[in-house]
Amino acid sequence: MTIQNDLLYSKSHEWIRFTGDNTAQIGLTDFAQDSLGSLVFINLPEEGDALSAGESFGDVESVKAVSDIISPVSGTVAAINTELLDAPEKINEDPYGTWLIEAGDITDKDDLLSAAEYEAFCSEEG
Amino acid sequence: MKLLFEKSVAGRASSILPVCDVPVVDLADNCKRQRPLRLPELSENDISRHYSQLERRAHGVNNGFYPLGSCTMKYNPRVNEAVAALPGFTDIHPLQPAHTVQGALEALSLAEKYLCAITGMDAMTFQPAAGAHGELTGVLLIKKYHEARGDTARVKIIVPDSAHGTNPATAAMAAMSVVNIPSGPDGCVDLDKLRAAVGPDTAGLMLTNPNTLGIFEKDILEITKIVHDAGGLVYYDGANPNAVMGVIRPGDMGFDCVHLNLHKTFSTPHGGGGPGSGAVGCKDFLAPYLPKPHVGVKDDAYCFRGDCPESIGKVKSFYGNFLVVLRALAYITTLGRESVADAAKNAVLNANYMMKRLSECYSVANTGLCMHEFVLTLEKEAKEKHITAMDIAKALLDRGIHPPTMYFPLIVHEALMVEPTETEGKETLDEAADIFIDIYRQAMADPESVHSFPLTTPVGRPDEVAAARNPILRYTFE
Repeated sequence: MTIQNDLLYSKSHEWIRFTGDNTAQIGLTDFAQDSLGSLVFINLPEEGDALSAGESFGDVESVKAVSDIISPVSGTVAAINTELLDAPEKINEDPYGTWLIEAGDITDKDDLLSAAEYEAFCSEEG
Repeated sequence: MKLLFEKSVAGRASSILPVCDVPVVDLADNCKRQRPLRLPELSENDISRHYSQLERRAHGVNNGFYPLGSCTMKYNPRVNEAVAALPGFTDIHPLQPAHTVQGALEALSLAEKYLCAITGMDAMTFQPAAGAHGELTGVLLIKKYHEARGDTARVKIIVPDSAHGTNPATAAMAAMSVVNIPSGPDGCVDLDKLRAAVGPDTAGLMLTNPNTLGIFEKDILEITKIVHDAGGLVYYDGANPNAVMGVIRPGDMGFDCVHLNLHKTFSTPHGGGGPGSGAVGCKDFLAPYLPKPHVGVKDDAYCFRGDCPESIGKVKSFYGNFLVVLRALAYITTLGRESVADAAKNAVLNANYMMKRLSECYSVANTGLCMHEFVLTLEKEAKEKHITAMDIAKALLDRGIHPPTMYFPLIVHEALMVEPTETEGKETLDEAADIFIDIYRQAMADPESVHSFPLTTPVGRPDEVAAARNPILRYTFE
């Protein structure tokens, strides 16, 4: 399992890449894609939708199950990665290179983990 | 194997249709098909062989052990089929005048009476076609109850994180929002989390007991009280009454309405996807909202009562899947009051026996006594040796056993959910347990070997991603 040092992480296995003071990209971690298995569908919100920290903004379906994607921040959806709607397997192939949404107008965020903290958290969980 | 369309030979026919003995009516041109239906053309012999061939490629309760957790794949006594096939029940029409179908109406009324007695409810509808449909009907009753009292702020349905996916889906279908509460370490409802979740916006709680881990919610009276004190109602998901039927009643646990999967618990063959029956029972105070029409008695005769001004309306045409209700009635009647309870007790005994035997090598998700089913976890084996629940399930196919439910409940990783049911003898359970254990030992000794199973089935390991993303659901003519 890989973890990237330049990202922040949530306990529900999303990664966050801050691209500005109140903008960020959000994706699923390698641990998440590995646990879920091959992804077959993804539901993403629409641009302009509100994001609420700790609440679901979409879901991914693997051959095993459907899982919510939890937003680590509050704000609005600035962009979605539409390419994924037809090719969710990109998350399996390159989890850190594949963002799901870009959040803008971020007003609040959950307590996020550093790479080292996330690694420790995963080894406890897994 | 070839599809019927591929076996079709132009001009070949089966003379199985009788000569038309009523006047032929000619339709207007704009109502007629422009070209004939492209039906496959085969002899009766070919059709018969085709379906026999399909049957050989399937696995049903008649073929072998079928411990598919939460699905209650019990053996369905043949006498139920004989009852449901009686011409007095099959050769009638739902629009026939009530006085000509008194027997059928009496059967519906009797089934309602018995099933209400088993669940501790006061009234029941047989309209819903299956379990999730029953859930929706039940939640619509709850919604109507709050609306009728002007309590329109109650828009949230609480479901535990171990619930069947149909529970949150049902709440969403009823335009409610879903509040998920995490289970406690014992797999049961966490009372503090429930207390924190209820409030003036709580419409109700959906719960199955025994729960999805096969554990009896011992705090059930406190659970239903917490929800009632907050002004909500409690819905009993009928996934698991096979463990308790005739022994304890949802009505006595504090549930306000229930659904039953008559096709599961009360024995209709259901591996093929239907027809089912998601009967919904409720307490008196919800009865006015039940779907209409409802069987009643007027002037000493059975009738369909349509005078239900507060009803949520129809949820299905006519009276539901009537023949499934008949099978349930036949099942209950042939067993009798005490044997219904014995069936539940034997289901629990069989599950505990099987769990005890399998715990020799498998890890059980929650130790202690189980009810009618239990959940194994291959989490450790998956991590250490890459032996997954999927590998074990596939290996079972080669040994003539239908795999248990896999990867459910979601709160258990690498889950295998085993429900033997009461209709299996000790010999079958022992034989199956030996096979489970043998597969486990083989997998641990040679982890690579299990990834290739099954070897003997008509289909090996299908490409599940392709099947999910690009399902081929119909034949395409060239």
